[in-house]
Amino acid sequence: MTTALPARIARFAELRILLVVVAFAAVMTAYDPQFLSSATINTILLYLFGYAIMACGMTVLLVSGGFDLSVGSVSALAAMVAAMLMKDPSIQLPWPVAMLIGLATGAALGLFNGLIVARLGINPFITTLGTMLLARGLTYIVSGGVGRSGFDPSFCWLGQGLIARVQMPIIVSLALVIVADVLLRKSRFFRQNYYIGGNEQAAWLSGIAVNRIKVLNYGLSGTLAALAGLLFAARLDSAMPNAGEGDELKVITAVIVGGASLAGGKGTVLGAFLGCLLLAMIRPAISFLPIEDHWEKAVVGTILLIAVILDRLGRRA
Amino acid sequence: MNDLGVALQVVGLSKRFGVVQALIDVDLAVRAGEVHALVGENGAGKSTLIHILAGALQPDAGRIMLSGHETRFRTAHEALSSGIAAVFQELSLVGTLSVAENILANRQPVNRLNLIRSAELRRRAQQALRVFDVDIDPDRLVERLPVAERQVVEIVKAVSARPCVLLLDEPTSSLTQRETAKLFSLIRQLRQQGVAIVYISHHLPEVLELADRVTVLRDGRHVETRSADQVTENDLIRLMVGRELRDIYGRRGAVRLEGAARLRVEGLSRPGAFENVDLEVRSGEIVGVAGLVGAGRTELGRALFGAEPHTSGHLLIDGEPVQLRTPADAMRAGVAYVSEDRKEQGLYLPHSVRDNLAAPRLERFSTGWGWIRDGMIDDYARRARDRFGVVTPDVHQLVDRLSGGNQQKVLLAAWIGIEPRVLIADEPTRGVDVGARTEIYGHLRDLAANGAAVLLISSDLQEILGMSDRIVVMRSGRIVARFGRDEATEQAIITAALGAADGADAGAPAGIAEEGAP
Repeated sequence: MTTALPARIARFAELRILLVVVAFAAVMTAYDPQFLSSATINTILLYLFGYAIMACGMTVLLVSGGFDLSVGSVSALAAMVAAMLMKDPSIQLPWPVAMLIGLATGAALGLFNGLIVARLGINPFITTLGTMLLARGLTYIVSGGVGRSGFDPSFCWLGQGLIARVQMPIIVSLALVIVADVLLRKSRFFRQNYYIGGNEQAAWLSGIAVNRIKVLNYGLSGTLAALAGLLFAARLDSAMPNAGEGDELKVITAVIVGGASLAGGKGTVLGAFLGCLLLAMIRPAISFLPIEDHWEKAVVGTILLIAVILDRLGRRA
Repeated sequence: MNDLGVALQVVGLSKRFGVVQALIDVDLAVRAGEVHALVGENGAGKSTLIHILAGALQPDAGRIMLSGHETRFRTAHEALSSGIAAVFQELSLVGTLSVAENILANRQPVNRLNLIRSAELRRRAQQALRVFDVDIDPDRLVERLPVAERQVVEIVKAVSARPCVLLLDEPTSSLTQRETAKLFSLIRQLRQQGVAIVYISHHLPEVLELADRVTVLRDGRHVETRSADQVTENDLIRLMVGRELRDIYGRRGAVRLEGAARLRVEGLSRPGAFENVDLEVRSGEIVGVAGLVGAGRTELGRALFGAEPHTSGHLLIDGEPVQLRTPADAMRAGVAYVSEDRKEQGLYLPHSVRDNLAAPRLERFSTGWGWIRDGMIDDYARRARDRFGVVTPDVHQLVDRLSGGNQQKVLLAAWIGIEPRVLIADEPTRGVDVGARTEIYGHLRDLAANGAAVLLISSDLQEILGMSDRIVVMRSGRIVARFGRDEATEQAIITAALGAADGADAGAPAGIAEEGAP
């Protein structure tokens, strides 16, 4: 490749969000050196692992022009299904089997979304809003509204164990982010999503199997949401019917702050991860500053608005 | 004709879209109490003109005078409140509302609390419908109506605003004969009442039956205005054609007449779109498909690419029968399709030139494991850019930022890039400047010279005549005429496309059947 380096850096889409993340961390560290301590970093990464996992699927969806509001509820339902299969006296399946069934639950709900959106052409917002309510309701119905806990220690290790002093969920989420980023950048199958999001009609006329890819995207999003929910349950040794409430909006916010667009056709997993990182730094930052916790939502909202306004102004120039 | 003076006058109207000059210095005067027909080829500027009159488009230059007072409409609403009502080809109805609500849109009768008086609304709509003497329930939702009845509702809506100028763009295209007759009697009634009516139609017998005067537009210019009783159909056709011939089409190659057909179409049909189409395109040949907008050319082109279904008939490529259910099938069989609508159906506007060029052949840029080889795409894109003369310094430039001509070159380059055996090019030079057109013609010729079969769908008669080895003309979904490269003339093609009676008996029986509603 002969492209000059400056041009390649200018095309590095995540540059802006990366600079913001670095600048934010630098300012906070200047204010209080404790901000970059390993304890704070650990807190930040543990806070964001679930969002980062769900953001992988959400990025692929947004790139293809899709959207998924159901991830929070699906993560709760998948975790609850697995927890009950492990704990309820009449069943008591071994944890790997229960976990697989939990993942399959997420995949099934995702494929269900995908079939409705792709085959029937129903708006993804409405479709996944319906699934979001349905999955949350089912979680309460099957659990009777009470949580489950006291899981097999090997299961809990997935959420609490350490490898080389790094927490398991952090390892899993970072590994997934790297794999998803490379796949979306470099594999033909995932690259087709940029074409679908850029112009769905043209993509179909270019011979791309638009519907099949859309269905699989939702399936992937549901599976990753289930994985996030399972790791969360393992971490807390508890599956709660209200787990993951509101996660969908946080994930979508992070992915858009990271450079994706609801109009489709753009975005990267790395950008989405940096978006998660930026939003995850706000809560600890506020705890370092002499202001109240109530500020978090307002700050997140402001960042989202600034991100989309800058994006729009940048496109006009 | 009731001569009540000039109701609507247009002086020096000009409008350009990018490189295309749609209207150049057009003058037009429409008298009150007259039916004034506008005729011309596809793209002559008729629709642009009435869209400006209706306030839907802004002119670049020129004046519009209504009853002698200069006016300027910034919106369709302003035009309407000045007494200009329009019925366009694309309908303006809201499908989810009732017929009555559509007819009285924006003029619903209200009570003191500003709430709609439904009974009154219904009564007034019924009254408006009665004028047209049709049996349409004012409470029905418009989306439940057949197309012809929607057209009627649209016309009733325009007329019920009691306009002093009524603009009608192809109002009979989806009407049956009976409804057309009713429309004509309504138009004559309005003429009696002193309404000025501008009437666009491709159907010349209809024009001569109804109009008092006829204005011919050609290439965005006003050619002539004549009294309808002093012209024949043939006169009009002569005025509509006769554009300057420019030598931009290059030299025809030799067609290998002996070989079997590359593309063979046998009895291809889909009722309502195209019927019983037989067609052959040989290796090295460019076959032009002419016809009016809506004649079924695009539907046929898309069906040959698997982008639209057909209900019967066969397709053969190099003698092999093929089943094309999706574009992917067609591409595997070696068929490429350049869409008429590059922005909606061709290009990926938010993406780069290189990503656009790679779109139809991603498979060839990936390893056995499905990894994309970006370096290979970059090299390929630079070569394609140079070969097709796409003016951009960097293939990573967004295609959205290119001019129309360069965008069209990117689209053509992407599809020629799959090395097709058959290329279907639908309006490949629409909205493109002369320089880029010449280059596009050259690439189509090269492709044919290398053995591909090219099907060129175009509304530009000069292009069809200049490029094609053979020409077929479609009307109402059927091929109605075929010409060899030396027998075709502009006049012969237009005559076939319009379905006008040939030669001697011009001014044929009025109101010959449109093929009726689909």
